[in-house]
Amino acid sequence: MLTFTIRRLILSVPTLLFISLVIFGLLQLAPGDPMAQVPLTVPPEVKERMREALGLGQAWYIQYWKWLVQFFWVEPQVLFDHLFGTSFAEGKQRVLSWQTRSPVMDTVVQRIPQTLWVVGLAYIVGIVISIPIGIYSAYRHYSIFDQTGTFVTMIGFSIPPFFTGPLLIVVFSVYLGWLPSIYDTTHVVTDWASFKVQFFQMIMPVMVLALQTTAQISRYMRGSMLDNLNQDYVRTARAKGLRESVVVMVHVLRNSMIPVVTVIALGVPSIFGGAIITENVFKVNGIGQLLLTWLFANDMPGVMTLTFIFAILIVFFNLIADILYGVLDPRIRYD
Amino acid sequence: MTEPAAPMPPNETDFTSALQDKIPTTDPSSQWKDVWHQFRKHKGALFGGGFLIFITLAVIIGPYLWTLDPQKINIRSKDWRPVWVLLWSSEARAGWAHPFGTDNLGRDIFATILAGGRVSMAVGWAAMLLALVIGTLVGVLSGYFRKLDFWLMRFTDLVLSLPILPLVLLAVTLFRQPLNSAFGSPEAGMFVLIVGVIGLTNWMPTARIVRGDILALKEREFILAARSIGTSSSAIIRRHLLPNVISPIMVSATLGLATAIITESALSFLGVGFPSDFPTWGKLLSDAVPRMQEYPERVMLPGIMISLTVLGVNYLGDGLRDALDPRIRGR
Repeated sequence: MLTFTIRRLILSVPTLLFISLVIFGLLQLAPGDPMAQVPLTVPPEVKERMREALGLGQAWYIQYWKWLVQFFWVEPQVLFDHLFGTSFAEGKQRVLSWQTRSPVMDTVVQRIPQTLWVVGLAYIVGIVISIPIGIYSAYRHYSIFDQTGTFVTMIGFSIPPFFTGPLLIVVFSVYLGWLPSIYDTTHVVTDWASFKVQFFQMIMPVMVLALQTTAQISRYMRGSMLDNLNQDYVRTARAKGLRESVVVMVHVLRNSMIPVVTVIALGVPSIFGGAIITENVFKVNGIGQLLLTWLFANDMPGVMTLTFIFAILIVFFNLIADILYGVLDPRIRYD
Repeated sequence: MTEPAAPMPPNETDFTSALQDKIPTTDPSSQWKDVWHQFRKHKGALFGGGFLIFITLAVIIGPYLWTLDPQKINIRSKDWRPVWVLLWSSEARAGWAHPFGTDNLGRDIFATILAGGRVSMAVGWAAMLLALVIGTLVGVLSGYFRKLDFWLMRFTDLVLSLPILPLVLLAVTLFRQPLNSAFGSPEAGMFVLIVGVIGLTNWMPTARIVRGDILALKEREFILAARSIGTSSSAIIRRHLLPNVISPIMVSATLGLATAIITESALSFLGVGFPSDFPTWGKLLSDAVPRMQEYPERVMLPGIMISLTVLGVNYLGDGLRDALDPRIRGR
């Protein structure tokens, strides 16, 4: 297991390099000129100097190498300095945003908590709702609960978040007036009243994201339970005289959770992708919205870094899913 | 065919009759007849498939029947409500001239929804077909030719770990301008760009499934027989392998169609899709969001169209998966 983990970790390095090269190549091939907005009265030699100041004068491989060094060597040092008060990164060139001229990672670090709160909570809520639904509808196969559950999850699967978002806003903020339609990230929780405000403003974004998760995971849970409920070991467990709750909740559930846990791990990156849309609908200023802002502002270093962070998330959670699968299922041996 | 064997009296004539071949009581049914028989049992899939055919025909034929120009601005009759508003408020501006109402520039919403559906469905079908062709090609090559297998599958894994939505956003924003000028009109350039981007980022599941099936099929006796009579590789793939992997391809086609429609609408919703005067369902939805308080139907109608289409496609995929799986079929 350990060798497998190490091998996968080593293999993820070329994967990440390939992804960064793809993103970088896409940005290089793109014809967008960051100097396009500069007035025509600026003489060409000044423009050329401005391009060089942005680091655009050099060949693409030098730019790529510099970005790699800044992202993988300088930025971790900055983090280390921040944590332990050392000064390794003193005076070293960091990845700068063209729009704000401030380090990209500083902005990203400011935005990440908002995204994590909404996305993370949505994912947990989705899992907590979906697993009991999956278990019960598999146990009562073809019952009314199962039929409605399957239908509702199919709907949740099919309605895109950019429709559920406005729909919920119309119903709950406009007609009923119960919930605010905009997520206020400057709100600070100090006492019970402000906690209630925070709770109410989180309901809608979290539920929109959780609907997708719930639909997906409960379908997997149901399918996985159905596969296991007809197995011989279940009959043996019943024949031994075990109580039904023990049979279902211990024997069957533990075996059914193996594929579901990997699906849960694999779904984390995609929910970050879904957060791009949800953050846009509810005006949450997280990293999804930041990506859009930078994209429209033609801020290449920012877009590059942020897209790469999404890629790291995907590679990391793929790794987690693989390892979890091996740990949970003793039949799986990676040799 | 499987009647229970009746207890037979032990006399000679019956022994000989037992040795004779039994004539099947029913006509042999073809594979596709069996598939259709199983598919018919899945009511959701029937409705889903029916709705998909209906909506496709509606957006193709509809603009010829409902001849109002979706682009025509008629400021005198702007902001009409849909006709059903008359049920509860008789003084609302509504009528059968514009059954779904008009938007803030007086464009007929029914006509724009038909026109938008045309684009959304065209993007969906085209992107799905592109992804299917690439996926099948990669899957077949990698399953059939052992030398290519390792590298093609590593490549598939790499593409699978790309952050799809951010990259799609990136590509569409960055390449909008040159493609628009290359194709003459902004709509054509955008169509090629969106179809290309969605197709290029969605072929991986198909490739994996097809490869797995080809790997298993390739070792079967009928392939060996075909090879022993000197059939070339391309003929084996065309005549013997592809017809046998058609069912997983069809199932992943439905999933691909749903993904393509949702991705296109999401791009339009985020404002990086088609140009602003060119309606698609996602575009109509996002344009209506700022005024959804007064005119909720403008958000609801395109949203419902997207959701129903995707729902129908998903149900169709479910039914197809059951119908095409010989282990489930006939149960």
